Amino acid sequence: MTLTKPRVEAPAPPPPAGISDRTRHERRLGLSLAAPSFVVMVLVTAYPLIYAVVLSLYNYRLTDPAGKEYVGLQNYATVLTDPLWWTDFTTTAIITLASVAVELVLGFAFAMVMYKVTFGRGVVRTGILIPYGIITVVSAYIWRYAFQLDSGFINQWFGLGDYNWFGHRWSSLFVITMSEIWKTTPFISLLLLAGLVQVPGELQEAAMVDGATAWQRLKRVTLPNMKAAIMVALLFRTLDAWRIFDNPFIMTAGANKTETLSFLAYRQNVTLVNLGSGSAISVLLFFTVVLIAFIFIKGFKTDLSQVRGDR
Amino acid sequence: MGRQASRWWTVWGVIILLWALFPLLWMVSLSFKDPNTFRSESPTFFPKKWVWTNYDTVFSDSLFTSALRNSIGIAVIATALAVVVAMFAAYAIARLDFPGKKVLLSMALGIAMFPQAALVGPLFNMWRNLGIYDTWIGLIIPYLTFALPLSIWTMSAFFRQIPWEMEQAAQVDGATAWQAFRKVIVPLAAPGVFTTAILTFFFCWNEFLLAISLTSTDRARTVPAALSFFTGASQFQSPITAIMAASVVVTIPVVILVLAFQRRIVAGLTAGAVKG
Repeated sequence: MTLTKPRVEAPAPPPPAGISDRTRHERRLGLSLAAPSFVVMVLVTAYPLIYAVVLSLYNYRLTDPAGKEYVGLQNYATVLTDPLWWTDFTTTAIITLASVAVELVLGFAFAMVMYKVTFGRGVVRTGILIPYGIITVVSAYIWRYAFQLDSGFINQWFGLGDYNWFGHRWSSLFVITMSEIWKTTPFISLLLLAGLVQVPGELQEAAMVDGATAWQRLKRVTLPNMKAAIMVALLFRTLDAWRIFDNPFIMTAGANKTETLSFLAYRQNVTLVNLGSGSAISVLLFFTVVLIAFIFIKGFKTDLSQVRGDR
Repeated sequence: MGRQASRWWTVWGVIILLWALFPLLWMVSLSFKDPNTFRSESPTFFPKKWVWTNYDTVFSDSLFTSALRNSIGIAVIATALAVVVAMFAAYAIARLDFPGKKVLLSMALGIAMFPQAALVGPLFNMWRNLGIYDTWIGLIIPYLTFALPLSIWTMSAFFRQIPWEMEQAAQVDGATAWQAFRKVIVPLAAPGVFTTAILTFFFCWNEFLLAISLTSTDRARTVPAALSFFTGASQFQSPITAIMAASVVVTIPVVILVLAFQRRIVAGLTAGAVKG
């Protein structure tokens, strides 16, 4: 019996990298378990999106189906040269920047309180979850009626007489942003709380021993250690605010230049059934979201591996 | 931390509570105002006279009662489907190694960020061609889709913490595979599944854009959509107080779920989003 014999006789090792039966079985099981989620997500988002791209190349109104004709990129040119798109773009950007900036500060303060408070911690966390769970449309009505002239108490309490909040662009945007902030700060504060509890306690103690003030500890120890959590919270909230629809729809119906991009897409597609340019708006809206995500992930180096859970 | 500091944190906690609950108090107060006389030059915060009229109005209006039925049915079915479909995927992500895992997770992330408004046009058109426009199924399908990412993340985060070795340990101790699964794994996995169901339910209960885009009658219109069409008991009466009464009714399930499962919801939101 020679030493080489077994090597010659051995069955050909399973092709690349030696996949065992067990591994193959695991792969097949994994794929079939993931398949339903995968199929549903592709069918309901990727397919309609491609359909929207196709429709956006046509001049197509449901009110005039016979007049459907191929127009190339003309719908995109029409939308992008229309001041309405840019007004709505600006409105969306203002609401997004204002609400996310306020929510970041407020959410951090809330997270700090929820972290530090000992007496009634459960009560505070329960209370904060109620705005999170409430229907956005309900929140929009609550805030609208609080500011509205004939029903609201705000003007009485603050001695504003008959100031019409919904008669001007900036005051309308203020109320819309208030409702948005009230409803979504709980979410960002819970994400920040999750980041806050992971800041190592020893670092804080070491800084304290070295005589750092509370402010220095916050700036030099707490915030840098929370960077990942902060960036993820910011990305999620920015994209969520960018899609804002419910609040302006309920509060102003888009009056006084308070229409947002999602609202514009809805109005063109569903109200006006102008599917050609409506689809062009849908595709453009999708690209703005991709662009924001790209800026966060590449530009600000937001680490999403923690979110996706593929470590 | 001294007692002084601790007291200050409590004060801040109370301020946060007021901030969170004050708008709700306003909603309740407005829902008890008299629909015929509440409007005035100088409206007050609390009603001058507390009345139940608005609750009678909304419950005798078929627009609201059918919307409530649609909302409950659609949200419960979509939640159940999303949780089951996501459970398979989350199990695969947490326990198995397979090609396409990264693709699935990236896709879920992409859909969580997807602007739903970009889909209303094509879905509106497709659903009309398929004959499922203005039906329950027409809303359940997109709700299922948009609830999946959150469900998959939350559940896979929970599943990753389960000590799966215990299943084998039970089998070594003489339990059958089914017993090991039922007696050991199910009790460990149940809290994660349940928490995911609550978060998914909140999402479906809240959704508005697709609800107004893909429905046109009270056959499938959900509460958020119906609220935006509500006109009150008669055309001469302001719908404001009735809308607030309906709002109170649909907020009650949210408050009950939050009160009962606060700890779980916080764990679910933080586990699914930022893992340490």
